[in-house]
Amino acid sequence: MTGIEYVIYAFLGINIAFNLLGSFALHRFSEVYTRLHGATKCTTFGTIFAVLAVIVHAVNRLNITGDPKYLQMALHSLVALIALLLTNPTGAHAIAKAAHLSGVKPVRAVIDAYEVKLKRERGESP
Amino acid sequence: MIAPVFFYSALIIMIGAFFSVLRILLGPTVPDRVVGVDTLNTLIVAGMVLLGAAYDRVIYIDIAIVYALLSYIGTLVIARYLPGGLR
Amino acid sequence: MGFIVSFVWSFMLWLMLTAGTKGMLWSPEEIVAGIIFSTIVAYSTRNIIGEKTTRFLNPIRLLELVVYSIGPLFWGMVKANFDVAYRVITGKIRPGIVRVPVELENDAQYTILSNSITLTPGTLTIDACPEEKALYVHWIYVREEKPKSSEPVSGSFEKWARRLGR
Repeated sequence: MTGIEYVIYAFLGINIAFNLLGSFALHRFSEVYTRLHGATKCTTFGTIFAVLAVIVHAVNRLNITGDPKYLQMALHSLVALIALLLTNPTGAHAIAKAAHLSGVKPVRAVIDAYEVKLKRERGESP
Repeated sequence: MIAPVFFYSALIIMIGAFFSVLRILLGPTVPDRVVGVDTLNTLIVAGMVLLGAAYDRVIYIDIAIVYALLSYIGTLVIARYLPGGLR
Repeated sequence: MGFIVSFVWSFMLWLMLTAGTKGMLWSPEEIVAGIIFSTIVAYSTRNIIGEKTTRFLNPIRLLELVVYSIGPLFWGMVKANFDVAYRVITGKIRPGIVRVPVELENDAQYTILSNSITLTPGTLTIDACPEEKALYVHWIYVREEKPKSSEPVSGSFEKWARRLGR
């Protein structure tokens, strides 16, 4: 019992640390792309551990009480995690591409190969 | 009973959500605000799952599933319109 | 064929979401309602999955996908998340967009590789160009400005993507 509680505490600790780090990254960095790195990916990692903590808790309660409500809780959390993992990187990619096409260029970038490619497609000299 | 732990971690995650709301309000450009909205969506999904465990209600986790899928569509629509209309 | 694949997957999702309605199993009403709704969904989406639909029902391929997401992808996420945490705290960044040449064939492989690259922080796919066989990747700390392969960006992910999306 206590061992499982320590596992849940550890997962929730990782979750809180990375979720807070992701939202601090929004204010730490100075332009869109680096903010995207910190924000969308650290929060995805934190949320994985939040869902894992809930799954461990639900399976533990299921073993103790035998209530089918906890089976539903574990399975539904798993579906929520899969939905988040499938949709989150696609959303981040869509934001990054839209930001670049709408004219927000990366500041302080050492190289911008995508800008070179876009200029070549428009027929300008890079 | 371990339920208060889930409640307090949901509370701390909502502090992070407050910071992303601050970015939505401050953000100098539109993509900055969209990044804030995307972060807020992920944090709300995490918060709903944790609250579902804290109050022993499965329906909260169902709301988290639907919110994850719908917020993704919202982000995609904004990203599609951002470069200047549907082309 | 698309009808069968879509039916099987939506019925499995229904079974997963309604487990535990009668003891630990499913009540008969839920199964009948699931078959009806899965038929509706499968009929309306039967033309969306165009080519090679049978690979969605190949159990070995699905097992490989699960092994990939638990093993190399999760380990890559752990390593890269601590890297980004270090960069958030110290602020040592060297951002840039690099062109990464890849050797992939179909759209599924491009989807798997670019989603894996985006899911491991530190790298973020901005655009995928199948016609010139390249990905444009925003990198938070550029180590090579003109990489010759996807090895420095994504490690072994390209090999896995080529294997999973066949």
